[in-house]
Amino acid sequence: MSSLTTGLKGRAELGVALLLGAVGVLVFLDANGLVTPYSQSDPVGPKTVPFIVAGLLVACAVLLAVNVIRGGQGEAEGGEDIDLTHPADWKTILPLAGAFILNILLIDWAGWVISGTVLFWGSVLALGSRRYIRDGLISVALSLLTFYGFYLGLGIALPAGLLEGIL
Amino acid sequence: MDVWSSLMDGFATALTPMNFLYAVIGVILGTAVGVLPGLGPAMTVALLLPVTYALEPTSAFIMFAGIYYGGMYGGSTTSILLNTPGESSSVVTAIEGNKMAKAGRASQALATAAIGSFIAGTIGTALLAVCAPIVVQFAVSLGAPSYFAIMVLALLAVTAVLGSSRLRGFSSLALGLAIGLVGIDSVTGQRRLTFGQPLLADGLDIVVVAVAIFAVGEALWVAAHLRRTPLHVIPVGRPWMGKKDWSRSWKPWLRGTAFGFPFGALPAGGAEIPTFLSYVTEKRLSKHPEEFGKGAIEGVAGPEAANNAAAAGTLTPMLALGLPTNATAAVMLAAFTSYGIQPGPQLFSSQGPLVWALIASLFIGNLLLLLINLPLAPLWAKLLQLPRPYLYAGILFFATLGAYSVNLQAFDLVLLLALGALGFMMRRFGLPVLPLILGVILGPRIEGQLRKSLQLSAGDPAGLWSEPIAVVIYIIVGLILAWPLIFKLVRRNRPAAAGPVPATNTAPAAPSGSSAHADLPVHPEGAAHPGSNVRSDSTVHADSTVRQGSHAHPDSSAHPDKKETP
Repeated sequence: MSSLTTGLKGRAELGVALLLGAVGVLVFLDANGLVTPYSQSDPVGPKTVPFIVAGLLVACAVLLAVNVIRGGQGEAEGGEDIDLTHPADWKTILPLAGAFILNILLIDWAGWVISGTVLFWGSVLALGSRRYIRDGLISVALSLLTFYGFYLGLGIALPAGLLEGIL
Repeated sequence: MDVWSSLMDGFATALTPMNFLYAVIGVILGTAVGVLPGLGPAMTVALLLPVTYALEPTSAFIMFAGIYYGGMYGGSTTSILLNTPGESSSVVTAIEGNKMAKAGRASQALATAAIGSFIAGTIGTALLAVCAPIVVQFAVSLGAPSYFAIMVLALLAVTAVLGSSRLRGFSSLALGLAIGLVGIDSVTGQRRLTFGQPLLADGLDIVVVAVAIFAVGEALWVAAHLRRTPLHVIPVGRPWMGKKDWSRSWKPWLRGTAFGFPFGALPAGGAEIPTFLSYVTEKRLSKHPEEFGKGAIEGVAGPEAANNAAAAGTLTPMLALGLPTNATAAVMLAAFTSYGIQPGPQLFSSQGPLVWALIASLFIGNLLLLLINLPLAPLWAKLLQLPRPYLYAGILFFATLGAYSVNLQAFDLVLLLALGALGFMMRRFGLPVLPLILGVILGPRIEGQLRKSLQLSAGDPAGLWSEPIAVVIYIIVGLILAWPLIFKLVRRNRPAAAGPVPATNTAPAAPSGSSAHADLPVHPEGAAHPGSNVRSDSTVHADSTVRQGSHAHPDSSAHPDKKETP
């Protein structure tokens, strides 16, 4: 392990402290902006708990920053399919997130069957499967099956979108 | 109104053909999803929540009962056949279970796990049926100040006792509490943290939060570190046990149950501590101590029983006090709330039939688990070989579907992705997930109790400790918070007991002694090992064993964020 990578890792975790601090400030400012007259029936008011939470967040942020600078490190989570020996693989995550965002953009306009197909197909490809035709067929089948399953079995009408009238 | 007749009514409800069918579906779904790597029972319940919205509450909870135990069982199958436990409570099972499987005794390991789970689950559920009404009787006398104190205790205990770094636990808790604040304040109608966004006014849907943190976060995290070499799954036939295996298993089953239930029922519950205690006890009492580390059946039977008994124990505070102490119970609490049912002391009187049907279906689910899963074990083993792209694409697909179907708005999917990214970050930097989920769910309830308490005392903070129970609980809270400090002092005063050699055990009577740390295959190389949570868990146990009264702590170096104390 070179000193450069450990240095970078340490710095990356400071981002967590930064996030905690930012959320803390946000919670504080938001609560501070509330206007409430004092009322006998609710002496605590809507501000108190946000102030406590904001304090906790900022305290954690500061302590975490100190801890990280002193060389403390959070332990990345392991698991059955996780190989922590190689660094985060952004070539997998970014296409995966892309498929997810595409689904969000498409779901109301194109409908679940199309957006769900895009989501599953895109994810499988991003995760490294290279059987394009078979994956595509599975994606369409899954989307159709869940669409009708939810509609007939649970009475939940997922959006049909472009295929309105066909489905 | 006695327990027995209520329970029989519960069985009558749970055994109607439709409800029985839901129990079967629940057990099969729960096991199937639990076996899948990366998916625990909490995520299973969260993913299936939207599906059950269309059902009536009783049927839905009967299904949850099946999913709950099924998920637990599935997790142990994975850890025996793969040696990489997905959940912290299966860590101990993997130690001996996987050694047994490698030695060609996978069938016996699965059998003792299944039968032990059944026995522990049945005893645990019976204890739940007996204990919950007693806890309720005690709980109805409690006022808002005591509830406030108990909830604070639960949050702090889960955050401070479990997990390897308290600081990161509290960071996670604070984030959860902040998420729980979003929405319209129930008392004054003020909008908090909504940023003028009307879609946030109702708060974040707990299904969206849970699915995002558990499922989306996990899928993204695994995608970033996907193991490209296939895992070795040990093939298995139908589970069975010989006579000798039975005679070696039945006592560990019972002892494991005795450890599991009380720990599960405590507000700081969890299955990690009792499974570990059970392992240590079996190792001490075994007639074959030399087999430990090479695949001793007692080391599977005891911890598995403890795990399941703890699962049953966890439901006691959940049902009687409305207090979840593990992720699955937290998600189930959210499910109760979404049906307009408030768990707590009133639950048994207001929703009696539903609660007893739930308890009855826990018994049924347990039996079904045994009957269905013994023959199906080879099939579950095949499930472990599902190609990973399909598995994780499928998790994302169903997570999206579940979160979207709650409100049918694309905005929820934006939240899903954002919180999924948060879940990813938490896994990357070792922030535990459980405190966040509990913070989201318990945060608003704690705030409610706080305001009620101070309303009664007209704003005088003394109202918070106006009940004796509350005072006792604050003392416990103080002890938990001050523990690392006290511990350091004790260590300094007794350098001999705190020596680095764990073999010098001065308390032979305590089953929770220190020698176990030396025997556990704790991987010091940490990052190089795929199951690095094994390491963080041993820290949990180290803390807990100390709380049991033993004073040697040989493994403090496992704290990643603590400096070595001399």
